[in-house]
Amino acid sequence: MKLNRNAVGWLNVSPLLAVMVPFFIVPIIVVFIASIMQTDGFGGMFWDPSLENYSYIFKSDLTYRLYFETVKFAVLTLVFSAFIGFWVAHFLVFHVRSKLLAMGLFLVCTVPFWTSNIIRMISWIPLLGKEGLINRALIAMGAIQEPLEFLLYSDFAVVVAYVHQLTIFMIVPIFNSMARIDKRVVEAAVDAGASKFDIMRYIIVPMSKSGIALGAIFVVSIVMGDFFVVKVMSGGGTASVVGAFYEDIGVLQYPSAAASAIILTILVMLMVAAILRIVDIRKEITQ
Amino acid sequence: MGTGNGDIELAGVTKSYDGETYAVDGINLKIPDGAYCCLLGPSGCGKSTILRMIAGHEDPTHGEILIGGEDVVGLDPVQRRTAMMFQSYALFPHLSVRDNIAFALRVRGLSKTERYGKADEMMEKVHLTEFANRLPSQLSGGQQQRVALARAAITEPRVLLLDEPLSALDEHLRIRMRAELSRMQRDLGITFIHVTHTQMEAIALADTVVVMDRGEIRQAGPAREVYASPNNRYVAEFIGGQNVLSGKVGDVNGSKATLAGPTFSNIEIPLLAGTPLHSGQSLDIAIRRDDIDLLRLGGNGVPPGSTGVEGAVTGVEYQGTFVKVMMDAAGEGEFVAYVPERRFFEDTLSVGDRVLAVWQIDHAHLLA
Repeated sequence: MKLNRNAVGWLNVSPLLAVMVPFFIVPIIVVFIASIMQTDGFGGMFWDPSLENYSYIFKSDLTYRLYFETVKFAVLTLVFSAFIGFWVAHFLVFHVRSKLLAMGLFLVCTVPFWTSNIIRMISWIPLLGKEGLINRALIAMGAIQEPLEFLLYSDFAVVVAYVHQLTIFMIVPIFNSMARIDKRVVEAAVDAGASKFDIMRYIIVPMSKSGIALGAIFVVSIVMGDFFVVKVMSGGGTASVVGAFYEDIGVLQYPSAAASAIILTILVMLMVAAILRIVDIRKEITQ
Repeated sequence: MGTGNGDIELAGVTKSYDGETYAVDGINLKIPDGAYCCLLGPSGCGKSTILRMIAGHEDPTHGEILIGGEDVVGLDPVQRRTAMMFQSYALFPHLSVRDNIAFALRVRGLSKTERYGKADEMMEKVHLTEFANRLPSQLSGGQQQRVALARAAITEPRVLLLDEPLSALDEHLRIRMRAELSRMQRDLGITFIHVTHTQMEAIALADTVVVMDRGEIRQAGPAREVYASPNNRYVAEFIGGQNVLSGKVGDVNGSKATLAGPTFSNIEIPLLAGTPLHSGQSLDIAIRRDDIDLLRLGGNGVPPGSTGVEGAVTGVEYQGTFVKVMMDAAGEGEFVAYVPERRFFEDTLSVGDRVLAVWQIDHAHLLA
């Protein structure tokens, strides 16, 4: 039997479609439909399509504050995890001479991820708390008199927990793109008279761009879609976008939660598009 | 010729990575300014290590490296005024051809217009102008090689170091780029040091050929000297084009001596002033493959002034301008005669024919 070219094309994309349609496209459509329905206030919904739920969200100051907070966490986490991830990957690729050792250390980076997210997050509490290890150590050394309050249940604690959770998502793609840099290319730059700083800015950073961008996509989309870390580490003092519509669901306001979800999805897609706009990952990878 | 200060001297240079084995073992070498020098040897013989030490990418364990009379050990490549063309070129994959070539100027702080001006000039010279905005991956092997050459030459170095510059190219292109390298070297008038494992490449290009083996120099000299009068068995066999016969010296009397081996006896060998021979000593001799005449048995025998060995033809290969005839005359080693094409077909030999291979006595070359 001979298939025509069209059929072959569809067959080629069918595995992807089999995943994308039921797990992404259909749910999004369902959520969108829910977002234009109305609630009866008791968990039921009825069909009276309008964009009222959206206009309500856009009119509320709270929305903008929530997005500001969440984007702030995303950006801070991105900056710190990219910085740490870059240097860890750089160390593994360029300073560890033995390939085997580099691979071993790389695996060591993943060890913390053998326990659950929640345990890793909660384990910060005895460290950062008022009576925690850091405060007590600092008081014992005489560096401070009063315990530092900002360590736990604060924005600081939220960022620490995010960076701790997400840096691995930076290390892996950056390590991958750096490992593909031919050492002779670096040597050629030295031969041309490049200083360490020149090599960094003209060779290593540009050639690691695709890794940084991939890591950024992970970090941004995870932070934007998370509420649990914010809830626990801020001690309830800070809300987040997802946290807000989680509460909507708690009070059976499904349509407005659905509208918030659609807006968030669009925003994250725009952020990912912006990242891809800055770094053309496809071009970088095929280079 | 030469721009001055491009002469290189290596004095007692050794390099060891582990303190026990030596990748480079006591190299002494002088390369005059403006010379084209080829370091030739099999892989792992230390030739690339020497190149990298001259370039400043590695430091010798012991010894001095002088460029233009000054010891450069510990200086960086820019201070040495050397430039290196890397094996498989190591072009910057994310930069255009123009930016690749201008890179060294960029890190020297030249403005964009200045460095692009110079890069454009250089691209003109190596015929890359139309590819200025392409990425290296969009170029052919020969074009990439020219980019690498241009990138190395843009800083006007006094020494250009080339690590296997032709090995990534196919046979045809290799011979063309070989001529290009030679032209480039004449144009620039600077010292070229070229590392290769291809014998023909080395003797075609170099003023000085340095034959290396296991971290040591086995012979250094002009191409013709290394090819036609190898010092030792290693060089003779590595460069090729020679038949090496090993045996023991027989009678030595006044003007004549003979050599006897497992498959031959009474080969006459020349007596040279300054190399006394003793009866019974082991000796290797080399005879160029193109100095050998093949005669059928039962003819006039060995002509006066010549000597020879007898054997059977084991293979014939047509090579165009000559015919390669292989014989079983040298015991274990191969014995080959290059017979000019016309002469071969006057009286075609075939496998199994017994022939007498003869050469003039004084064409044989005694190996140390």
